[in-house]
Amino acid sequence: MEKRVSFKGVLLPLLLVLPQLVVTAVFFFYPAGQAIWQSLFIPDPFGLSMQWVGLGNFDYLLSNRYYRASFATTAVFSILVTSVSMGVALFLAVLADRLIRGSGVYRTLLIWPYAVAPAVAGVLWMFMFNTRVGVVTWYLGLLGYDWNHVLNEGEAMGLVVAASAWGRISYNFLFFLAGLQAIPRSVIEAAAIDGARFWTRFRTMVFPLLSPTTFFLLVVNIVYAFFETFGVIHTITSGGPQQATTILVYKVYADGFVGQDLGSSSAQSVILLVLVSLLTVVQFRFIERRVHY
Amino acid sequence: MKLRSFFSTAVSAIVIAAPAVAQTQIDFWHAFTGRLGDLVAEQVAAFNAGQSDYVVVANNKGNYSETLNAGIAAFRADEQPDILMVFEVGTATMMAAKGAIKPVYQVMADAGAAFDPDAFIGAVKGYYTSTEGEMLSLPFNSSTPVLWVNRDALKAAGIDPDTDLSTWQKVGAVLDQLKAAGHTCPLTTAWQSWIHLENLSAYHNVPFATKDNGFGGLDTELVLNGPVQVAHIQAMGDWARDGKFVYKGRRNEGGADFRAGTCALFTESSAGYAGIKTEAQFDFAVRPLPYWEGVAGAPQNTIIGGASLWVMAGQTPEEYKGVAAFLNFLSSPEIQAKWHQDTGYLPITATAADLTRAQGFYDANPGTDIAVEQMTANVPTGNSKGLRLGSFDQIRSIIDEELEAVWAGDKTAQAALDSAVERGNELLRRFEAANR
Repeated sequence: MEKRVSFKGVLLPLLLVLPQLVVTAVFFFYPAGQAIWQSLFIPDPFGLSMQWVGLGNFDYLLSNRYYRASFATTAVFSILVTSVSMGVALFLAVLADRLIRGSGVYRTLLIWPYAVAPAVAGVLWMFMFNTRVGVVTWYLGLLGYDWNHVLNEGEAMGLVVAASAWGRISYNFLFFLAGLQAIPRSVIEAAAIDGARFWTRFRTMVFPLLSPTTFFLLVVNIVYAFFETFGVIHTITSGGPQQATTILVYKVYADGFVGQDLGSSSAQSVILLVLVSLLTVVQFRFIERRVHY
Repeated sequence: MKLRSFFSTAVSAIVIAAPAVAQTQIDFWHAFTGRLGDLVAEQVAAFNAGQSDYVVVANNKGNYSETLNAGIAAFRADEQPDILMVFEVGTATMMAAKGAIKPVYQVMADAGAAFDPDAFIGAVKGYYTSTEGEMLSLPFNSSTPVLWVNRDALKAAGIDPDTDLSTWQKVGAVLDQLKAAGHTCPLTTAWQSWIHLENLSAYHNVPFATKDNGFGGLDTELVLNGPVQVAHIQAMGDWARDGKFVYKGRRNEGGADFRAGTCALFTESSAGYAGIKTEAQFDFAVRPLPYWEGVAGAPQNTIIGGASLWVMAGQTPEEYKGVAAFLNFLSSPEIQAKWHQDTGYLPITATAADLTRAQGFYDANPGTDIAVEQMTANVPTGNSKGLRLGSFDQIRSIIDEELEAVWAGDKTAQAALDSAVERGNELLRRFEAANR
């Protein structure tokens, strides 16, 4: 039977959770409530007047094919960022796990990019691939490849995915490595004695045993790709060329802060809120079942 | 020791600041950094030193969009500055915000300040005056697009650097020659919507939007998909396909390429002068913006880009007096002439232009008066007075996206501009609804 620690009375527990509740209320419920309220109006930028439109903002957005296209862009972008950053991190973690000498240095070096803010990472990658002074662009030119993410939609998407995934690899690496090291050596050794080769051991034992970590990272990385990549997009492509890298969060910014269309911007925030809630529910209901703790 | 020096600094700061208590503080938020920011600080310091009733405190609030947002957020929190710099595309937003601003003509009248709106150059003034002829905001920095030429690049391709580049037909022929000579970037541009659609329309006297480009009412609609615009964008698209026009980005990314000598011809604001003069290691020239020969009414006049100063509502009468004094100071011929010569922005008053000529600046820097001449060549028409469209910053983003589709060869000029009109009109209708 599970052992639970319990407090007597109501006041003390309430007092203990109060700070957390206050923080959540002030920084989450209040602004979210504001967004829902504002999404029902078309306000003027200065807050001088508001026109009640009911669900008009949602109707306007969902009937707009450029907004709908932004969903597809976001899906492609999030899937790519998540799979690239998790895939590379897992690969590096497996290598680091096998390393005996110098592993500390190796790990420390791998963790550094995590300290780089998305906007700064964006600027770094932008300079490497700049069409005029970029180092990588120059080498690609020597190979006869004309890199131009300013006009080529695929290259633009590739670049923002790389820049967004790069900083994230460190974070994922840390978790994967910790997960790998938590797997008892004896289990692996027993399998090795039974003649299982590395790939078989990885596929049938290590990866399933790693699944709680993988699941956690999946949720965290998708949320990252949805919300925290704004800096990268803003510094590298500003959503272009055409609308190739306009993800949903970038559109919230563009409509709200560039266009001063707060009604549309709020409605988009609400849609995003619903979308991410749904995504999290799906992840916990369907993927978590396959996770072995 | 450290503590003592801190206190002595603090005490001396208080002593110096003491006379300021009697002064009225005027807050001025602007969008300039770097060299332009220093020049603004210089103007403010000169004003503060020249009188003792008011003290202007200037603050940079980021780029144009960020400054406008800072002003809006401050207004909502009842903390707005006295003067807010707003770029020209934000003009309609500010005009529609009737309770948030105090028109400049009214500020001047209430303060009893001598102010003559007719002193301003027509094409500059027109952008910021109401249809009744009342000046709503004070023009500050205004520029207009011109053609920058790398003379050395033309020579290297065996072209006479003094060749006539006044029409796009002639520019097209030069681009052919540059391409044939193996040049990798014959032509590039900055601010594509501003130069190749907004100014193109005004310069050829065709409308960009109905209702006199939005001056006549919020129910305006875009008509930038007319034959003149389509023909121009198609020509540019064809040049892009053939590698004669190279697209570098939505803002002024192409400037770095031109200044580095990579590109031969460059359409950019006249205010690019300061940067090109400092950085270019080659012989350059400035020419008037080309026009299409054969279009009736061309060349008309080009329109401005830049920013103006808006006076915000809700301040004390004493502050408004100070604002009036400061704005009058800024438009004085000496200040304007210096600003014009330092930056390449237009002299916004005729007297400032005359003063600059009298000082011999145009003789020493040939071509710097071209922008002024190009703008003042003709009396502005309903199509060339300027643009007043809501959500214009976003409409420009839409135009950027559609033009990129043309440069990439994904769309024809007609299809792209039709789509820009359709998408832009949706935003105009929302702006109309928000400001009903």
